[in-house]
Amino acid sequence: MPLLKILYSFISVTSIGGVLGLGLAIASKLLQVKRDEKLMSLEETLPGLNCGACGYAGCSQYAEAIVKENEELTLCGPGGQDTASELADLMGVKIEISIEKKVTQVHCRGGQATSEYLYSYRGVMDCNAMYLLFEGDKVCKYGCLGLGSCIKVCPTDAIDYDEEGLVWVDRDKCISCGKCIDVCPTGVMKWVPYSADYIVACNSRDKASVVKKYCSVGCTGCKRCEKKSPEGGFVVEDYLATIDYKAKGERENAADDCPSKCIIPAVKTATKVST
Amino acid sequence: MTYVGIIITFVFIENFILTKFLGLCPFIGVSRNVESAVGMGFAVIFVMSLASLITWAIYNLILIPLNITFLQTITFILVIASLVQFVEMTIQKISPPLYRALGIYLPLITTNCAILGIALIAVQYEYDAMGSFIAGFSAGVGFFLALLLMSTIRERLDLEWVPKPFRGVSIAFISGGLMALAFMAFDKALLRNLIG
Repeated sequence: MPLLKILYSFISVTSIGGVLGLGLAIASKLLQVKRDEKLMSLEETLPGLNCGACGYAGCSQYAEAIVKENEELTLCGPGGQDTASELADLMGVKIEISIEKKVTQVHCRGGQATSEYLYSYRGVMDCNAMYLLFEGDKVCKYGCLGLGSCIKVCPTDAIDYDEEGLVWVDRDKCISCGKCIDVCPTGVMKWVPYSADYIVACNSRDKASVVKKYCSVGCTGCKRCEKKSPEGGFVVEDYLATIDYKAKGERENAADDCPSKCIIPAVKTATKVST
Repeated sequence: MTYVGIIITFVFIENFILTKFLGLCPFIGVSRNVESAVGMGFAVIFVMSLASLITWAIYNLILIPLNITFLQTITFILVIASLVQFVEMTIQKISPPLYRALGIYLPLITTNCAILGIALIAVQYEYDAMGSFIAGFSAGVGFFLALLLMSTIRERLDLEWVPKPFRGVSIAFISGGLMALAFMAFDKALLRNLIG
């Protein structure tokens, strides 16, 4: 009696499903939780990425903390100023907006053409895996390993290889979540302000004589940038130049005069055609 | 098998996480801290006990008389899914902090293989109604036990230095594997020695 069996199957599954569905519908009416409208609008304002940069588990938890515990409105990294001011509008308060969006950038331009390598790596294509073997295949222990663990972890595709095959962050796509900084084993990924004009694209703290041996685009700590652009906020420490972005002076002279050309524009102006 | 036997079987000998390797998603996902692990554990105990009882009733009162036991998987999934929905709504109403702590993992119980596993295993072992309920309850307790042990281990691991490639989920899985190894010591012989 296959026909009867089909009928039984059909009826039993339909009726079980029907009863359960009806039960759930009634239960959802009875157990409805009233939600705060302010909370809902705050949640809609937040980006909804649940990245956790604010210190809460997700956007809705942060919204709740704003409503119930008067949490600060400027904690949302991805949303930045816009979100903060919208939140302020919703909460009916004025806030001083002085936060600037931070983005990450790879502070290294050493590749196959410019750097010396210890060995040829053929293992798992992951920076942390390679880091286990003599801290990477480059002689330089501070630079970008170039296997793109940050590219994989980035939630917004902001990081990719550029036309020279080196890892580069697109600052307009970066949402300041900091995941790439956490994953990077060498610490070559660092924060820069969104408005930064130049970066020192080197992370090496080795002495000049050592750096020159293994990398032609490494910072030697020659202090020429400090002299050429005294207002530019250049500070050389541990044989590595860094920029204090609070200084608003020009930095172009220093970039032009840098012997190893490791002070580079923070934004790529024209896409170079690789030859 | 006596009820005591069933309890010992599902808590230790056939521990769902550590010997059957079912329900690994919440095992790794919710074991970050003890508090949420306890909440998740109680949710799983509750859902498992109810699910095994209800699926027993459906299997024995509907599927067997109509001779359509081949439908067990689909009906069990249906029952478990709506049961979890119901539990979710209840928890949201009664205890919002617990609801937030469980987060995404409560809906995940819906498709958790451990819950479907206990329903199918209880049917396969041909327990009676009470036996099924106890099997579900003790499987839930076993799940709770593994989750609680794991969460205390992981809270300590957070304070330890771990090589970077092993941090996070990797070391959790390695610790879980070692715990599973330890649980392999419980076997049927234990049951024979204990209660004959």
